[in-house]
Amino acid sequence: MSIDIDMAEIVQLFIEESMEGLDIMESGLLNLDLGAADPETMNTIFRAAHSIKGGGATFGFTEVSEFAHHVETLLDEMRQGQRSVTREGVDLLLQSVDCIRDMINSLANGAVDTTRSKELEVQLEQMLNGDPPAQPNEADSSAPESTESTTAASIDDVADWKIYFKPAAGMLKSCNDPLRILRELKQLGKLEVRSEGGDQLVFGEFDPEESQLAWQLELTGGVPRAEVKEVFAWVEDECELIIEPIATSVVATGIVEKPVDVAAAASSDPAPEQVADAEKPQSTPAKAPKKAPSGRPESSSIRVNIDKVDALINLVGELVITQSMLSRFNGDFDFTQLESLREGLTQLSRNTRELQESVMAIRMLPISFAFSRFPRLVRDTGNALSKKVELRLSGENTELDKTVLEKIGDPLVHLVRNSLDHGLETPEARVAAGKPETGILELKAYHEGGNIVIDVIDDGAGINKERVLAKARERGLVGPDEQLSDERINNLIFMAGFSTMDAVSDLSGRGVGMDVVRRNISDLGGHVAVHSETGVGSKFTIRLPLTLAILDGQLVRVGKQSYIISLVSIIETIQRSSEMVNEITGKSELFKLRDEYLPVLRLHDLFGIEGDCKNIDDGLLVVAEANGQRVGIFVDDLREQQQVVIKSLEDNYRQTPGISGATILGDGTVALIIDVPGLIQLYYERNSSPSLSTIAVA
Amino acid sequence: MTAIQKKAEEINQPEEGSEVGGQYLTFMLAGEEYGVEILKVQEIKGWDSVTPIPNTPEHVLGVLNLRGAVVPIIDLRKRFGIDNIPYGSTTVIIVVKMQHEDQERTVGLVVDAVADVYRLESSEIQPPPEMGGAIHTEFVRGLATVEEKMVILLEVDHLIDFGAVGAVADNAAQVPDKPAGNDS
Repeated sequence: MSIDIDMAEIVQLFIEESMEGLDIMESGLLNLDLGAADPETMNTIFRAAHSIKGGGATFGFTEVSEFAHHVETLLDEMRQGQRSVTREGVDLLLQSVDCIRDMINSLANGAVDTTRSKELEVQLEQMLNGDPPAQPNEADSSAPESTESTTAASIDDVADWKIYFKPAAGMLKSCNDPLRILRELKQLGKLEVRSEGGDQLVFGEFDPEESQLAWQLELTGGVPRAEVKEVFAWVEDECELIIEPIATSVVATGIVEKPVDVAAAASSDPAPEQVADAEKPQSTPAKAPKKAPSGRPESSSIRVNIDKVDALINLVGELVITQSMLSRFNGDFDFTQLESLREGLTQLSRNTRELQESVMAIRMLPISFAFSRFPRLVRDTGNALSKKVELRLSGENTELDKTVLEKIGDPLVHLVRNSLDHGLETPEARVAAGKPETGILELKAYHEGGNIVIDVIDDGAGINKERVLAKARERGLVGPDEQLSDERINNLIFMAGFSTMDAVSDLSGRGVGMDVVRRNISDLGGHVAVHSETGVGSKFTIRLPLTLAILDGQLVRVGKQSYIISLVSIIETIQRSSEMVNEITGKSELFKLRDEYLPVLRLHDLFGIEGDCKNIDDGLLVVAEANGQRVGIFVDDLREQQQVVIKSLEDNYRQTPGISGATILGDGTVALIIDVPGLIQLYYERNSSPSLSTIAVA
Repeated sequence: MTAIQKKAEEINQPEEGSEVGGQYLTFMLAGEEYGVEILKVQEIKGWDSVTPIPNTPEHVLGVLNLRGAVVPIIDLRKRFGIDNIPYGSTTVIIVVKMQHEDQERTVGLVVDAVADVYRLESSEIQPPPEMGGAIHTEFVRGLATVEEKMVILLEVDHLIDFGAVGAVADNAAQVPDKPAGNDS
């Protein structure tokens, strides 16, 4: 162990890989058909549990590895068909997955809370020992438990051990060093080593990269069996391993370990405290409310498909070629070469664009990372609400920026919960309404014109417009005589402090949900809308930019200044004559767009700059929308549309109302990017009279 | 500029010393000589037109593209409440690094002209006297006398207000047409 490796980095890797493994286990478990489990899925789940166990042991996280071992034991029985896959079993395993996740999360802080894992451990053991296998495999009933299950009970089984260890020929190639194992064993107790097999070697013929040796080991000094097993945890699939207590001598020639019946005796005599504990968890239902691991940690590393890296290398190669081609013109240039210079520049711009796209693609991840939690969530929530739900996912491979992906998770969870709680009806109500008993919840992701769109669709009762409107009037959000379009009513649910649910449930109904959803989404530069039909269902549509680093912008001109408005928030640009603009109380100007009156935001007024146009007739109104509110932004002129790279103003200065950032235009000057929601807020702050604003605060 | 470069090369070994001692770049502002710690100075560049940021204090002229970074530019005359003069050929932007809440920020200061580089020992620097008038004492680190002239040494980190709360207060003072100003 002379190589000095940064352990912290490796531990971090272990944590990340374990998290991935847990996700795999979770999704695998959710996909299992009860009764008839697909062996491939079972194997996948088992392998994930196995790696977590092995990794945990290697890094000395014994709490994790011991607990994972129990889980693995149960999984192994299921995998080998000794135990049928029951709902209780899957529930228990899912809880165990949560538990391991919590444990690994808390590893970062050092202290691991084992109370929950101990409880689950007892339940797991109970299932292994107590419950008879529901469908005993033929003639297995006599000794089925002796293989793995007993090892659980024999963790405390302390003895001296005789170990036969013969690595498979290829074990060295998987970077497992037998010497390391021997050294570790030596630390556990007194070790006597006898090697075998070397005499068959013919010098000059054997492959030095293959393991030819076997070892007879005697480990004395009272070592728990579990610790011995841990040492071999990484290699147990790649060797012949026999571990037996020295007292008895059973000749076993099996492949993997064949535990001995001595251990079975121990299993019939479990520790008394475990019996006492065993009563308790049985009485608590498996669905005991547990703290969901909210806010999974944002990982700072990223896995990139090798194809993407190769494409990048390719492009850089092309860029170098273009560069060398252009550098020819550096010294002596005459006008006969103009054509080839132009060509070179065209190539350079193409290279740059492609390079930019490829670099962006590295940050892109499929949305399945965000979707993966929903099968579990829908299942648990559906159970809790006793509703039958079928979840349909589509477009899981749609890619979006990693930052967006990490931040969209929580709003999505909220929307899905909302649909489950408020949208979908109970099976009885559905049957009464002439719908199939099982409700359908659909999550759909797709690209649409430079944006990514995520739909959350349910076929539930839809939004009750009368109730929403009544509630809004009650809260004073809507005037008593005000008439609103259906769309406006539906979007009222995004207002702060709005909930129509009469009873505050654990899931939703506190009214702190939808406005947060909308704010989170607009923080990402996107927006959310809802479409709903009573009795048919609701559809939430989230529209997000593909990336946070680049924005499709419309340049607008006011006087000498250029500003950028994100194309996502622009609905249209119109010209209005001043007769069509009404002034209200001398302060606010309104104009009519189809059936709506929208306020005019004069950018030159709000920003305190000199504009060329004072008169509405001369300039243009950019109709923009933010948080469901539409306004007309009055500007002098429109300039071109272009993609701009977003630069933060806060890096060197501070946040400024109405401005979300800056960018550098082609001529090297800085242009500010307009934050439409902030601009609207600025407008209302300026226009609200002091008396009104105090009411709003109170 | 070349004079400064020469001077800088002459004494380019930064000296460990007490907090206030060290090398100072000095510049002229309304006939007075001011100094900033040379280690805070990133570069000096000629005046270039800036993009104004709306609703900011008057002394924040706007932002400038400095090799891809968006850097705010402050007019020190306005910051100190000195009468404006039109920018001329000697007007330069001194780009300095400021420390604010563990974050380093790059800010440009518009001054009338750069002057010199001095090495000052901490013993040569006097604490700022209590003074009313144009310059807030919080900007002043101390005073030094070089060749019979007084040099005012500035505390660079305090020259710009990054706080978001401060922004509101500044706005109220700076934006004349804000309705909040004419409440009854």
